[in-house]
Amino acid sequence: MEGIFHNLGIGFVECFRLQDITLWGMTFSHVPFNIIMCLIGVLLGTLIGVLPGIGPVATIAMLLPVTFNLSPVAALIMLAGIYYGAQYGGSTTAILVNLPGESSSVVTCLDGYQMARQGRAGPALATAALGSFFAGCFSTLIVAMFAPPLAEVALKFGPAEYFSLMVLGLVSAVVLAHGSLVKAISMVILGLLLGLVGTDVNSGVLRFAFGISELADGIGFVTVAMGMFGICEIIGNLEQKEKREIFTSKVSHLYPTKEDWKRIWAPVLRGTLLGSALGILPGGGALLASFGAYTLEKKVSKYAHEFGKGAIEGVAAPESANNAGAQTSFIPLLTLGIPSNAVMALMIGAMMIQGIAPGPQVMTERPQLFWGMIASMWIGNLMLVVLNLPMIGMWIKLLTVPYRILYPSILLFMAVGVFSISNQPFDCFLMALFGLLGYVCAKLGCEPAPLILGFILGPLMEENLRRAMLLSRGDPFVFVSPSKPISLGFLIAAAILLVIIAFPALKKKREEAFAAEDT
Amino acid sequence: MKIKSQQDFWAGLMFIAFGLFFVIVSQMHYQMGTAVRMGPGYFPTVLGGILALLGLIVLGGSLAEAGPDVPKFHFRPLIFLAASSLAFAYLLKPLGLMLASAALIFISAYGGHEFKFKEVAWLTVVLVISSVVVFVWGLALPFPVCPSFIESCPIR
Repeated sequence: MEGIFHNLGIGFVECFRLQDITLWGMTFSHVPFNIIMCLIGVLLGTLIGVLPGIGPVATIAMLLPVTFNLSPVAALIMLAGIYYGAQYGGSTTAILVNLPGESSSVVTCLDGYQMARQGRAGPALATAALGSFFAGCFSTLIVAMFAPPLAEVALKFGPAEYFSLMVLGLVSAVVLAHGSLVKAISMVILGLLLGLVGTDVNSGVLRFAFGISELADGIGFVTVAMGMFGICEIIGNLEQKEKREIFTSKVSHLYPTKEDWKRIWAPVLRGTLLGSALGILPGGGALLASFGAYTLEKKVSKYAHEFGKGAIEGVAAPESANNAGAQTSFIPLLTLGIPSNAVMALMIGAMMIQGIAPGPQVMTERPQLFWGMIASMWIGNLMLVVLNLPMIGMWIKLLTVPYRILYPSILLFMAVGVFSISNQPFDCFLMALFGLLGYVCAKLGCEPAPLILGFILGPLMEENLRRAMLLSRGDPFVFVSPSKPISLGFLIAAAILLVIIAFPALKKKREEAFAAEDT
Repeated sequence: MKIKSQQDFWAGLMFIAFGLFFVIVSQMHYQMGTAVRMGPGYFPTVLGGILALLGLIVLGGSLAEAGPDVPKFHFRPLIFLAASSLAFAYLLKPLGLMLASAALIFISAYGGHEFKFKEVAWLTVVLVISSVVVFVWGLALPFPVCPSFIESCPIR
């Protein structure tokens, strides 16, 4: 325990470190710059997260260029802030407008919106905020506790272990995708292939570039993410006629009653525990956590009959769980360098842009960065509670802005961001192209998230496969040989997952779970 | 032969096309190498092959099992959104951030349900000013603000 507090101490010191900053030609001395970036990230994240129809992936992709000029610590702290800010904003929209800002607040819509209709929007929002805060505190501790031992194990991984781990990560991501399993696997492989575009590290050969010099460094993942998530989401929203019913005037009293408090503490606790556990799993994260928590709560709650009609437990449990899951999904990222979901894939990309190779060595080589980021999660959660409850009025105002005003603004931000990556028009062209691909995929019932994961992992996987094969002198059984028990274990786990999910009875269950989400 | 699931049929075709594309290009241009020393063509060929195979499975399934139709395509937002980001990208260097943003806003707004000129004009004014302040002055992005043919532009 002592070690944890020592490490968290390093983190807090880093967060509040006073720096000299030069902005607009003026030098400001002794500014706690990192914590200011955390605040800005949290606010920006909430702002964009509140807007209906932009999920956290598009939000982070959109705001990523803002962090390009920052130091690595400040950039990652800000991005983490944007992430849980977006989570937060998403639940506000879910409760007030019945539009999930993102997939993980889909279940919050069920009971949160009903509460709003009964004039209890205030307590619903407060419950979501306080539950998330509790979950955030708890899961930050979990991250601090489990990350170091995991990183130690991961340091012993060779290329074979890494390759197998990535296979496991991709398989679990596939299992959690909507709809057809084969289609999801195909999307992963398409992502892997697109990730190979550009110069091959081993031979220096330019692959799939067709003489386009802008493709020498490969396709930027921000470009792919903005096209497949951002542009697609806008088109999807434009397809539907605008109809929104917002409970603006009805948010009068915020704080839950005594009766509410009695009803929410147990669901918050259960949601937090379940969410933390599910978040660590590769492919897990906020989405699985919130669904799991809602289902669990419906089974164990005394008030099960009220679910779907405005039960406060139906807000408390999934909101705590998705925040806990969102935080603990940083564990595989920080310790193994493996993203567990599309948001974490973006974080990996951000780390690479900052010149940090994600993996177990980050913790030992750059403790300030690692622990600073973890400490900032706790501070960011505190900021969200302190700032957002009083600011709910402002967020509601934002919700009344019509979409026809919002989307050109969002698009402008995306275009500027993509353009600024390499200062070339070509990236915007690619963004439009991936928007088209994403749109076609959506129409054909193929999820974009597995593609993004595959896209990030493609070059890493090829690299590790090549190295493993070189070390084993071309023996393909190196991944399953008894001398590599960890690699074997990962592959067995991946195989078991695939078999389980292909099993007819479970397949039906999985479809039911996703069908419930769609309604 | 009857297609029972339009969605899967087209998805399968798409995957086969992508898979074959990567296999053929790799085979034509890049060395395969051996399993020990993989050439640049090895990984894409294997993956492309798997993708094409999976596409075949999806395609086969679409003939056997009933599934949903492909939802209607809405070309209007798709075309206008794509056009607006292209216009922005290719106008930014010659015409500067202000005019390029204005072009993006007008073209993309035209792709929506209703287009109110006055409203879009106001939106353009607000966004152009704020994007110059935020992106050029705040974040110091190296964008030209004014058209390149105006040599002595007061704002930069």
